[in-house]
Amino acid sequence: MKVLVPVKRVIDYNVKVRVKADGSGVDLGNVKMSMNPFDEIAVEEAIRLKEAGKVDEVVAVSIGVKQAQETLRTALAMGADRAILVVAADDVHQDIEPLAVAKILKAVVDAEQPGLVLCGKQAIDNDMNATGQMLSALLGWSQATFASDVNIDGAQAIVTREVDGGLQTIKVAMPAIITVDLRLNEPRYASLPNIMKAKKKPLDERTAADYGVDVTPRLRIVKTQEPRARTAGIMVASVDELVAKLKETGVV
Amino acid sequence: MAVLLLAEISDGALVRDATAKAVTAAKALGDVTVLCAGASAGAGDATARIDGVSKVLVAEDAALGHRLAEPTAALIVSLADGFEHIVAPATTDAKNVMPRVAALLDVMVISEVTEVVDGATFVRPIYAGNAMQTVTSSDARKVITFRTSTFDAAGEGSPVSIETVDAAKDPGVSSWVEDRVAASDRPELTSAGVVVSGGRGVGSEADFKLIETLADALNAAVGASRAAVDSGYAPNDWQVGQTGKVVAPDLYVAVGISGAIQHLAGMKDSRIIVAINKDEEAPIFQVADYGLVADLFDAVPELTRKL
Repeated sequence: MKVLVPVKRVIDYNVKVRVKADGSGVDLGNVKMSMNPFDEIAVEEAIRLKEAGKVDEVVAVSIGVKQAQETLRTALAMGADRAILVVAADDVHQDIEPLAVAKILKAVVDAEQPGLVLCGKQAIDNDMNATGQMLSALLGWSQATFASDVNIDGAQAIVTREVDGGLQTIKVAMPAIITVDLRLNEPRYASLPNIMKAKKKPLDERTAADYGVDVTPRLRIVKTQEPRARTAGIMVASVDELVAKLKETGVV
Repeated sequence: MAVLLLAEISDGALVRDATAKAVTAAKALGDVTVLCAGASAGAGDATARIDGVSKVLVAEDAALGHRLAEPTAALIVSLADGFEHIVAPATTDAKNVMPRVAALLDVMVISEVTEVVDGATFVRPIYAGNAMQTVTSSDARKVITFRTSTFDAAGEGSPVSIETVDAAKDPGVSSWVEDRVAASDRPELTSAGVVVSGGRGVGSEADFKLIETLADALNAAVGASRAAVDSGYAPNDWQVGQTGKVVAPDLYVAVGISGAIQHLAGMKDSRIIVAINKDEEAPIFQVADYGLVADLFDAVPELTRKL
């Protein structure tokens, strides 16, 4: 079985986000970019499935700007076998919406015929939490989101999902889309020899137009602002003072 | 202008808080019809009494009982005609279903909306709440989830009519196996008036009892930072933050939490924030109304006693 793993190039999760003065978005010029952390977990899971003999090939795909090939090289260094870059934007500030990404991914799935798509549950930039579900809808496949445990068993997968209040286990028919949550695994670091080897692994480059997908956004950005800041509070010296203050405000 | 709102239903019962908050948000968009998928008759009755609801649709079907994405999305799409907005509270159930609905209708989903500007324009947090973005949708139909912590729950009104609808054909590609829901007498995290959360500073699963005891003294829900969850001190469904739950209680007590951006994204809209941390440089103090630099192992038992 072949597994397709979509990965997104996003601002590194350790970088402080700055809103651009013109309100068009967040400043992504000259900031450190990395693979979306949830997608790293998806790549790791795909590689573990291959190591367990349940998967023959792991194909990473990224949709965005040309620089996303760095993200794909990271996936290859972790252990993916080959990569597909779909260039859909020239400007690093242009985010491709989940609906357009899902349409491109559907075309990639049609061409590659994987038995499973493993993706992160959300990207930490637009926080939409939508691409996996949308791809599943377009393909008419089963979906298992927010996975914290994945067990592939022939024609079906048993997936435990992180839901409000606890865990839910469901059984989905293969082929399936599984979106992964934080606790599924801990992604490996790529070793130096594997980083070197990754440079020689195949990386195909396509464009959104090759797949006939219109990536025009449906949502127009009106403005982007800093969140409302909280006004600074006071330091109390003791538990007694804290209790007194809380009683004053009436919350206890 | 009509709105179809997917009610939050758990084990056949209405989750009133999340649903009623979404009703408040949805009222600004038009007449609200609430869909109770997989609900018992009692849940339909309870929904019909939420103020601001104009009509209730109840779909009772075994396939909808566990709110699997495929049959639930198929049901919503089968009812979509005549509704300009299809909305839900941003629960894990709705976040599973609504993007699927949007793709089936060929529209973009608008997730975790915190403010309705007009029928097509909405504000939502991006980058874990480090920026707020206003977007205008050009889609004829809008599929939206509302971040419940930013809206007040609608009150009780006089009951409106309830109609039964048939489930759509189940695509039959998934089935439910089991739910493992932690039984607790404490209030639910996202709707509690008081939340007490522990972080990595608590140090162990055993010492998390300190947090739970303080929470019980305050009739509070218990939360945890991602660091505490990752360290195995607390279960994941207690996690407050970008990757967990977003809460906005009247009182939020952060104990042994440094205040990573990730965590602040989940609690900074709380009315009053108290931080207890032994590190006076901890970023949590920059958002706290009341900060106490102290060893939590001394301060928390003392606070529990004195409240």
